[in-house]
Amino acid sequence: MSMKLSTRQVDGVTIVDCSGRITLGEGSVMMRDTVRDLLAKGNKKIVLNLGEVNYIDSSGIGELVSAFTTTKNQGGELKLLNLTKKVHDLLQITKLYTVFDVKEDETAAVKGFK
Amino acid sequence: MEQTVSYTLDSTLDTVDHAEEKATRIATELGFAEDEVMQISMAVREGAVNAVLHGNAYAPDKKVTLAFERTPEDLVITIRDQGKGIDLNGIPNPLAPENLLKTSGRGIFLMRSFMDVVEIRPSQTGTEIKLIKHVHGASGGGKEGSQ
Repeated sequence: MSMKLSTRQVDGVTIVDCSGRITLGEGSVMMRDTVRDLLAKGNKKIVLNLGEVNYIDSSGIGELVSAFTTTKNQGGELKLLNLTKKVHDLLQITKLYTVFDVKEDETAAVKGFK
Repeated sequence: MEQTVSYTLDSTLDTVDHAEEKATRIATELGFAEDEVMQISMAVREGAVNAVLHGNAYAPDKKVTLAFERTPEDLVITIRDQGKGIDLNGIPNPLAPENLLKTSGRGIFLMRSFMDVVEIRPSQTGTEIKLIKHVHGASGGGKEGSQ
C-alpha cells in the first residue's frame, strides 16, 4: 500500500493524516513535500497523524526527523499522533521516541501547542 | 522453499521493494512468527537499500545479488552489490546524542537490531551483507558477527 496524505485544520493546527508506508522513494518524498509546503504557507503548528501508517523504514524515520527539525528551525512545532506499535517500537530502538513530542489523543495534541 | 534460492536484480528502487516482498514470503513459508517476519523483511529491505543506493548508486550496469539459504538452524540471507565497498569505520553511531537528529545512517543499525547475526564484508568488488536469523527460538537480537 502506497503512502497517502491529507491535511485538515483544527483550531489553527494542521493535522496531516498519513496512511500506508513511509519508505524510501515516493512515501518519503510526499512527506517532505507536504511539510515544506505547509511551512511555506505559514502553517507552523503541525501534527502528523500516523495512525494508519503500517510500515516505515530507515528513510521514513529520516524523513520524520527532517520534518521535525525543519519545522523547528522555522519557528514552528511538530508533533506525532497515534503511533502504531511498529512505528512506536522503531522510534524506541532508535532512541527517537523521547526526541519527538508524541501524543495519543488528537484533542490533547492540538491543545498542546504554545 | 528449496535449500537455496538466489536472484540477480537491477539497481533500482523496485529491487528494494521486491527484496522485501521475497523476504516476507520466504520467512512466512519457513514458519517464522509474525514479528520475526517483519524483522527479517525490514532487515532485507535495509540491506537492499544499502546495495542499490550506497553500493551500486543506481548504476544500470551493476547488479544486486540476493540469496536465501535455509540451513537446519538458520535462515541465511546474503546481499551483494558491485559498488566501491563500504567504510564501516566511517559509519557513525546513530544512537549517539550528536547523531540522533541526523536524517540518515540508521540502516545498518536496524539490520543489527533485527537479526541474530549480521556480517558485513567490504571488498574492492563490492560489499557482501550476510543476515542470519535462527530458526528455533530467540537468542537475543542484535548480536554482531565478524566484519
